Amino acid sequence: MEHLDWRPACSLQALADRARLNSGIRRFFAARGVMEVETPLLGSRTVTDPALSAFTTALHLPGKKEVCPLFLQTSPEFAMKRLLAAGSGSIYQLCKAFRNAESGRHHNPEFTLLEWYRVGFSLDDLITEVESLVAGLAPEDFDLNPPERLSYVDVFMRHLGLHPLDAGLDEFARVAIDRSLPEAGELCGQDRAVWLDLLFSYFVQPYLGQGRLTSVYDYPALLPSLACACPDDERFVERTEIFLAGIELGNGFRELQSSEEQQVRFQRDLSQRQAQGLPSVAMDERLLGALDHGLPECSGIAIGLDRLLMVFSNLESLSEVLAFPLARA
Amino acid sequence: MATVSTSEFKNGLKLMMDGDPYTILENEFVKPGKGQAFNRVKLRNLKSGRVIERTFKSGETMETADVVDTDMQYLYNDGELWHFMVVETFDQYAADAAAVADAQKWLKEQDICQVTLYNGNPIGVSPPNFVELKIVETDPGVRGDTSGGGGKPATLETGAVVRVPLFIQTEEVIKVDTRTGEYVGRVK
Repeated sequence: MEHLDWRPACSLQALADRARLNSGIRRFFAARGVMEVETPLLGSRTVTDPALSAFTTALHLPGKKEVCPLFLQTSPEFAMKRLLAAGSGSIYQLCKAFRNAESGRHHNPEFTLLEWYRVGFSLDDLITEVESLVAGLAPEDFDLNPPERLSYVDVFMRHLGLHPLDAGLDEFARVAIDRSLPEAGELCGQDRAVWLDLLFSYFVQPYLGQGRLTSVYDYPALLPSLACACPDDERFVERTEIFLAGIELGNGFRELQSSEEQQVRFQRDLSQRQAQGLPSVAMDERLLGALDHGLPECSGIAIGLDRLLMVFSNLESLSEVLAFPLARA
Repeated sequence: MATVSTSEFKNGLKLMMDGDPYTILENEFVKPGKGQAFNRVKLRNLKSGRVIERTFKSGETMETADVVDTDMQYLYNDGELWHFMVVETFDQYAADAAAVADAQKWLKEQDICQVTLYNGNPIGVSPPNFVELKIVETDPGVRGDTSGGGGKPATLETGAVVRVPLFIQTEEVIKVDTRTGEYVGRVK
């Protein structure tokens, strides 16, 4: 009996495309003087974000009775910030990230991130760099028009006719019913953040990144992130998400430098975890220590390379660009 | 009463929703931003045939539907109900017009069909992919006339009307693809 699933899920062409993508990325950053780093996939701490679930494992040492619980990273963010605080300068990393409970056409629990931080860059500067990177990596036959940048409020108003922060939840509910999503009311309840995520995902996102890279900036502060508040309007943060072909490729911000503010956000997350009946996790004190020492002013972003490759190849699912998606790993 | 969670959703899974049995046609895991995850699902109501879209919170559980697809032999039609039998067990089931629906025009006695049972009652019938039926009525057509191109209509023993090539005559048995309603070939 032939065990057919020994074969890779992606084509050999996809393997070659990925190799080309990776070397293109390295050439790009080498030319700009951004250093490549490697940080651990295993760590003693994980993120407090209630929407993220980390894989857990444990270290067994010979003769030692207690096991040491460890987490697979959901992103290299905390470790890279520790390097930045230690004076590394601008850095990038190509690495695997792991997110439990996320599996679907655009989600494999194990996936590849390109994450980088630019010291002294504003978020605007970083977006410019992202645009150059994506344009440079795009295959010759990929139709990419000049990129666009739109604010969250703009795209939300344009496609839903409502202001994300000023509109009432009942107005959201009405729009959802009009657009054949009557169950939205029950799903989102009184949680504006969930409303925004659902409405954005269903009614705004499909229009973004069509034929060009779209960066959406100035996100509502009530959507969780580690971004700095916008200087002129505290209701928004300096955060961007980039889209191509209606798919979210990356999430970036002007990084939060304040250790106190970081702790406040950790606490908020932990309260939410408790409210949702999720297990509590310890805060990453080493990150807090790095922030106490001082994180240089910087902006950073993480891009899903599997998704980028998928979009560049005009494919529909991650498994078509992964050698061995989880089902075949 | 069995339940199934969104992480077990896949095409063909049968579940209960709003009191009716549905089958999943498409299932998409959606996770906007860094927030709550959803499953965007396309389903077909197994009783009405209507296709709808519904979004679930990831992790939500639904009741599974007691829906089983079973191969059965078509026996006969008593004027109101169509009777089928599971060959191995001799169990008989009667399907009404709503359940038989379009399959009606392809049913020939003794053919094996797929019958969908909901709580033990037939709610759908799928004819075999290919059936062999006799033509009971068709125009003679003109031998050698190829200018027509489109063939001619022929009425089959079950009442179905199919387009056939001009050289096919009444009394001949033809093979038809029930999924497209198209003539496939002659049966010797």
